[in-house]
Amino acid sequence: MEMLLSWLSGISLLLGTAALIVGALGLVRLPNLFSRIHAVGMMDTAGVAFITLGMLIHEGFSLISVKLAVVGVFLFFTSPIATHAVAQVAHRSGFSPVTPVKEPRRAQKAAKKAAAKKSAKKAAAKKRAKKAASGAPVEKAATKKAVAKKAVAKKAMTDTAAGKKTVAKKAVTDTAAGKKTVGKKTAGKTRAS
Amino acid sequence: MMMVVAFAGCGVAMILALVRAAKGPTPFDRLLAVNAIGTLVILGIALHGFIMGRPEFVDISILYAVINFIGTFAILKLFSTGGLGDRGGKARVTPETDEG
Repeated sequence: MEMLLSWLSGISLLLGTAALIVGALGLVRLPNLFSRIHAVGMMDTAGVAFITLGMLIHEGFSLISVKLAVVGVFLFFTSPIATHAVAQVAHRSGFSPVTPVKEPRRAQKAAKKAAAKKSAKKAAAKKRAKKAASGAPVEKAATKKAVAKKAVAKKAMTDTAAGKKTVAKKAVTDTAAGKKTVGKKTAGKTRAS
Repeated sequence: MMMVVAFAGCGVAMILALVRAAKGPTPFDRLLAVNAIGTLVILGIALHGFIMGRPEFVDISILYAVINFIGTFAILKLFSTGGLGDRGGKARVTPETDEG
């Protein structure tokens, strides 16, 4: 019985060690972040589980074996969570699990040309539609009047804005001679208004 | 005997993970490697205790397991939000900037 238990513990320790080393090799040699996560997942579950099982069998039933079981269960549940979180954050920050396949250059150029042609056609169609919509001359005159009105309003607005600006500048320069805090306050007010 | 072999295997795996942590092109690779090294350290502490005939070291490995888990999530939060506070990495909104 003792012999069997020691053999079992040895075998499970060896299995765990093999899983650890294979996982570490995968961590070094695999080409992609997500495939590396895969390798680490194997290391975290199979390696830890087998090595803890080996130590448990070696120890027998005692307080220490209970603590070992606690360590094993904790790692078994938390390390997949941690690796999943790593994958999630990596995915959210722009890494893709699929490596992009590079198209040959000629195909890329052709695709670009086709896209440009399409957009040009669309723009031409829009222009034609606009022309058709703005049809009658009476309407045209009305629109002209409206445009003129708008221009006048714009001028007035810009005039007032310029006046305000100069006023604000004056205020700033005036108060700049005085206390700095006062100048800041007035500047803030003019900007707000 | 097998304990010593497993301990040595832990060491080898740790060195390999360290290679990835040094080489890793992205920070996530490094984080993954560091997480793996943490797991290996936990196993190594427990195995060391059994090899030296003082299996009470398992307590320390429980502690290391908890710290490893929390540490991984802290670094992930730092990566994703740029800070560890409740606002992440964003600057605190002061009343002055609120008024202006």
